[in-house]
Amino acid sequence: MSATQPNLSAPQRSRKPLSVMLRRIPGWVGVALILLTVIYPMFWILMGSFKTQPEFLSEPFWALPQQWNLDNYVSAFVEGGLGTYIKNSVLAVFPSLGLILLFGTAAAYALQILVWKGRSLILVLFLAGIMIPTQMILLPLFTVYFNVGITSTIWPLIITYTAIGMPLTVFMIATFMRAIPSEVFEAATLDGANVYRIFWNITVPLVKNAIFTVALVQFFFLWNDLLIALTFVTKADLRTIQVGLLNFTGQYGAVDYGPLFAGISVTVFGTLALYIFLNKKVMAGMTSGAVKG
Amino acid sequence: MDSVFRNRGATLLMLTPALLVYTVVMLIPIVWSVTYTFQSGNAVTGFEFVGFDNWIAFFGDATAMDALWFTLRYAIVMTTLQVAAGYGLALLYIFFLRNKSSLVRATIFFPVILPTVAVALMFSRMFEAAPTAGPVNTILMWLGGDLTDFLGDPGYSFWVIIIMDVWRSMGFYAVLLYAGLVEIPQDIMESARIDGASGWKLVRKIVFPLSLPILLSSIIFSINGTLKVFDSIVALTNGGPGSATTPLTLYMFRTSFAYGQYGYGSTVAFMLTLLCLIATVFVFRSMRKDVTR
Repeated sequence: MSATQPNLSAPQRSRKPLSVMLRRIPGWVGVALILLTVIYPMFWILMGSFKTQPEFLSEPFWALPQQWNLDNYVSAFVEGGLGTYIKNSVLAVFPSLGLILLFGTAAAYALQILVWKGRSLILVLFLAGIMIPTQMILLPLFTVYFNVGITSTIWPLIITYTAIGMPLTVFMIATFMRAIPSEVFEAATLDGANVYRIFWNITVPLVKNAIFTVALVQFFFLWNDLLIALTFVTKADLRTIQVGLLNFTGQYGAVDYGPLFAGISVTVFGTLALYIFLNKKVMAGMTSGAVKG
Repeated sequence: MDSVFRNRGATLLMLTPALLVYTVVMLIPIVWSVTYTFQSGNAVTGFEFVGFDNWIAFFGDATAMDALWFTLRYAIVMTTLQVAAGYGLALLYIFFLRNKSSLVRATIFFPVILPTVAVALMFSRMFEAAPTAGPVNTILMWLGGDLTDFLGDPGYSFWVIIIMDVWRSMGFYAVLLYAGLVEIPQDIMESARIDGASGWKLVRKIVFPLSLPILLSSIIFSINGTLKVFDSIVALTNGGPGSATTPLTLYMFRTSFAYGQYGYGSTVAFMLTLLCLIATVFVFRSMRKDVTR
């Protein structure tokens, strides 16, 4: 994109005149303000995680902490049980993620590459699941989990997460498989590869990036889930990180700011660390999921 | 080559796991949920057939109507604001920041992947009035305003939710719309410039019409997401004060799990599903005329 004003004069790209630079100042101030509203709340939480309770109550909000120690973090983990919550989230999310990717990729191959009657109908059936609100499946599932007697385990979360992730995963990976040129498959068949070999040694490597992208989208979706965890977690020591954070306030009776801010900081900056490594992929994945979904 | 891919055994093997999980955990419960709408009771006490009583009760239930109205109001306001904010940012990225926008894009996108519960806790502290005035109240009092209990007032708490969710989602819609805007061919823009279009005129006459398809996707995606709003409201206001900020999703959750009325809860969930379907079809129909004009 070049300038918004018509640039009819001879190219003068090397140095912009001062007046143009000055005219851009309000724009830059606007950008700075937007960035400030995004960054400041997180900075405030981080600073808060080092403050003591009296500092919260008597100092103004912009004051920096008077000490830099990890007391609040220690009490968030020890008394608040943050460690248990993180462990539960890991135990629920990663097995589901593995199953979603395994089943989803295989099904996408069966629906997009393999040839059989009715495959487009099944693909639409998967697609329909994207729009249905989760509330629609909670009650029957709860009844079943209750009757089978697994409500006090992590299994209801793993089973439900695996199913919830399926529609978008199948649909997105199938879309990426559609983009593989058919010559690739022709060449593979001529070389005598069978259908499983073509899946594992040719198709999967070609959509490797797509699988990784889908994995990221599903990870954030499941990791940040509140509704399903809130419904199926009936025991305090099975709480995932989101449910745990939600109950953080209640547990301390009167709001104990320090540990709460420490708990929020751990989740926010843990996510930030992951995001800094993967930001391009995250953005591409989240938005392509939206358009195609 | 066809014979390799016409493989019944392989199709069954690869499709079955995904389809089985999807059918058992999603499709069957959806149908099952619909049958619940004709019953009363719950998993513990057993069920009783009541015909259309739940449906009739839904339309005569003032709380349900409030929840429906809240859901609609939230969806309309949120869709307008988040798509508008996203479009504004996308234009900013393209016309102002140009090729220097990637860091700004990444920063504004970051709140999208943050756990909603953490963001909600952060915002409830920012807008707090007691026991200590949060940043927003401090600044307002500094400017001569009164201490306002934002989350204790039905009118204000709606807007706090809106502000928070726009903060959370604007980066997402910005990247989504940006991806659509960069695909507008350069030569169209150039020839419009040579014809004398610049600034707002260029945006209004050239950029906006060409970005209608991606706007349509954004709006459909946004409506579908906002009608299902749950996490941010549970964590920020928990539906309060009173039931002033209770959407259908939360009302369904309350009736089902707090009061044990599975039949009525399913009816609310079913109404929500219908609402999502109708909204999607409606937006799609009304917008498509514009797009293909």
